[in-house]
Amino acid sequence: MTHNAVVIGGNRTPFAKAGGPYAEASNHDLLTAALDGLIARFGLAGERIGEVAGGAVLKHSKDFNLTREAVLSSALAPSTPACDLQQACGTGLETTIYIANKIRLGQIDSGISAGVDSTSDAPIVVSDSLRRTLLKANAARSAADRVKALAKIRPSHLKPQAPSVAEPRTGLSMGEHQALTTERWGITREAQDEIAAASHHKLAAAWADGFFDDLVTPYLGVPRDAILRPDTSVEKLASLRPAFGGPRGSMTAGNSTALSDGAATALLASEEWAAEHHLPVLAKVVDAEVAAVDHPGGDDLLLGPVAAAGRMLARQGLSVADFDLVEIHEAFASTVLATLKAWDDEDYCRGLGLDGKLGTIDPSRLNVTGSSLAVGHPFAATGARIVPTLAKLLHAKGPGSKGLISMCAAGGQGVVAILEAV
Amino acid sequence: MGALEKLYYSPAGKAIAGKAGLKEPPRLRRGREWPQGPIVLASIGGGELAAETMRLLGRSTEAPVVDEGADAPGYGSRIGALVVDATEATSIAQLEELRALLRPAVRSIERSGRIVVLARPAAGDWESRTVSRALDGINRTVGKELRGGATATLLYVDPSARAGDLVSTLGFVLQGRAAFVDGQAWTVAGADQPAESLQARPLDGRVVVVTGAARGIGAEIARTLARDGASIVAVDIPPAGESLAAIANEVGGTALQLDITADDAGRRLAEHVAQRGESIYGIVHNAGITRDKMLVNTDAARWASVLDVNLAAQMRINEVLLSADIPGGIADGGRIVGVASTSGLAGNKGQTNYAASKAGVAGLVTAMAPDLAARDITVNAVAPGFIQTEMTQKIPFVQREVFLRSNSLSQGGLPVDVAETIGYLLDPRSQGLTGQVIRVCGQNLVGA
Repeated sequence: MTHNAVVIGGNRTPFAKAGGPYAEASNHDLLTAALDGLIARFGLAGERIGEVAGGAVLKHSKDFNLTREAVLSSALAPSTPACDLQQACGTGLETTIYIANKIRLGQIDSGISAGVDSTSDAPIVVSDSLRRTLLKANAARSAADRVKALAKIRPSHLKPQAPSVAEPRTGLSMGEHQALTTERWGITREAQDEIAAASHHKLAAAWADGFFDDLVTPYLGVPRDAILRPDTSVEKLASLRPAFGGPRGSMTAGNSTALSDGAATALLASEEWAAEHHLPVLAKVVDAEVAAVDHPGGDDLLLGPVAAAGRMLARQGLSVADFDLVEIHEAFASTVLATLKAWDDEDYCRGLGLDGKLGTIDPSRLNVTGSSLAVGHPFAATGARIVPTLAKLLHAKGPGSKGLISMCAAGGQGVVAILEAV
Repeated sequence: MGALEKLYYSPAGKAIAGKAGLKEPPRLRRGREWPQGPIVLASIGGGELAAETMRLLGRSTEAPVVDEGADAPGYGSRIGALVVDATEATSIAQLEELRALLRPAVRSIERSGRIVVLARPAAGDWESRTVSRALDGINRTVGKELRGGATATLLYVDPSARAGDLVSTLGFVLQGRAAFVDGQAWTVAGADQPAESLQARPLDGRVVVVTGAARGIGAEIARTLARDGASIVAVDIPPAGESLAAIANEVGGTALQLDITADDAGRRLAEHVAQRGESIYGIVHNAGITRDKMLVNTDAARWASVLDVNLAAQMRINEVLLSADIPGGIADGGRIVGVASTSGLAGNKGQTNYAASKAGVAGLVTAMAPDLAARDITVNAVAPGFIQTEMTQKIPFVQREVFLRSNSLSQGGLPVDVAETIGYLLDPRSQGLTGQVIRVCGQNLVGA
């Protein structure tokens, strides 16, 4: 028994710069707020939902059950189960795929996919040596042994260790990796700044148009995405100093995503459930794929989605030109540009084991309401931001309109999915 | 809270204020609570309507004490309410009968008790018309003389009305729901309502839209109507979305982030409701703003925003929701409730724009009512006086305290008082009321 898994809508908090207006809000707070806005939009207070899948990239150990705890804090029925998933920056899309698959298999008839991250609420941990010493003291059988064990604590043990965004196997940060890709694919500073400026302008236009009135609920007095700079321009962005790739690098704080705080959710269901609940049906989840590259072996860290898209499109008999809208997560402007170049590179695509290149898209179909450069990128939330946004856009274009989502993630991974308006 | 305010509310401050004549205001009976003491029922000229209505309400009544010249006539113990059926009173001489009923009752009425007079709207010969108006003067004065939170109400009952048409009205007035409605008069017409008692959840299964629902009076309206069974569509501007969502979830309704002044606001509202396979039973146009300035400092922008949000927007939305072909619009038999203000009815310094918009709301409901009568849609308004909200807490303490006490109940109203009155107007059994403005002001000293 298979069902269509459809996107009903979504809700997120406005996204904001790390350490900004949400500095005091935890992942739990942000996720609960995003859930409550979704529940209110669709009148789900007290309702038992099939399952909620959420996650965060930066997570405290006490938040092992983050999503379930947020459900309990929300207006959903406490009998709503939840689980945490994590796939770096692909988390919010991976939770959507997980929920959609369960719906398609008939295991649940409704579900919420979600993601949240707060770089303000990042877990600060102590050193391994302190942890070992404390464990030893705990295991000690006599008071004397315990004192002896504790006496070994040194001031240096107490130095907190903030989480790092470096790739464990290469020691390079994501930006440093992307700088290699930028160089390799010959991506210019101008092209990157154009992507960044366009992202801000498109997002600003969508906000001004009221597009987000049924996708975002304000949080802690923040009415709209706080990173957005409607008045930025290619000229202003051109004045910024390089942040990655050395003094002659082309990647700046303006064409790279900012560390952000925020949470996003998407409501999915079977078509039957949506009809019974008199809820709108925007788009169905058609297919999805995950791929990975060998970045320790020298592959481009953030081009994992290319192979994923290639395999998924081949399976569906589609080319990228068949899509009315395309969402490529703007980890960096150059990620988007490198992805587009890779799609159109016969050799590169064959090197991935694909039958040939994926082709090109009309730039007017790309990230039409802006993307992560302007919105911000709370790691795990971005996928759950894109899904309802794209579903709403496709629905407005009419039944049968297709949309492609491409997201890069740490570890050389890529997550892609296809939505189609119903 | 300033030092003066703290002192005023301290035990010592209260004692001093009490000595100076500023007594602690009475605590009002609220909600679906009936009067504690007996309800006394009397008739002038033999009218039976009040008696029949009381029977439908299932409340027992007692015979009145009549002042026949004894010194200080009274009941001996407190009575909960006096209901006088004066629907057959047509002569000035009969007003003496009312005096003789009121004198002992006013003396013996309990805290938050009720004096209710049923009369005919002005009609007939010169004398009966005169009597109809004279009763209004009596009602207003009794309202001002009553103490301890007791109130007076005059109900003009159209000859077409039967007991079933009066149940929702008399139930509202006698219960605590009418706590802050004092010294008011309004008209109930016949609408063939069934001869049944009050319903506990009169709005069960009915969709009611509340604009400006994110906070203050609007949030309380949503809560109160949800208590009465309504399925709430809570509307507010997108920046208020966080508290809007909280209210929607609290009352089990839906939140719609919508600027009511947007050109397509009515259509989007209808779409939201139609999507859920429903139509609108009632809409409460509560959203409003103030941009206070003396007229000499009021520019076009201050004027325009207040007039648009408080008046023009609801007119545009009504027009869309009333067009016969729109799914999710207002169904026949529906309810439209506007929120006017005593500032509009009486005028208020520094609020020309606000007064224009709020008096305009009163004008709008009066204008719309006859045109929608054929569809059984009623259109009414409430006119709040000084209602204590977060917004009024910002008024400087002394000024606020003066405002609070400038009415017959010596206190500000609560948001729930406005909400309960709206709930009464929304009651399906309140079909006999349309085109009316009911003030919820504790009989504010200013205003008509």
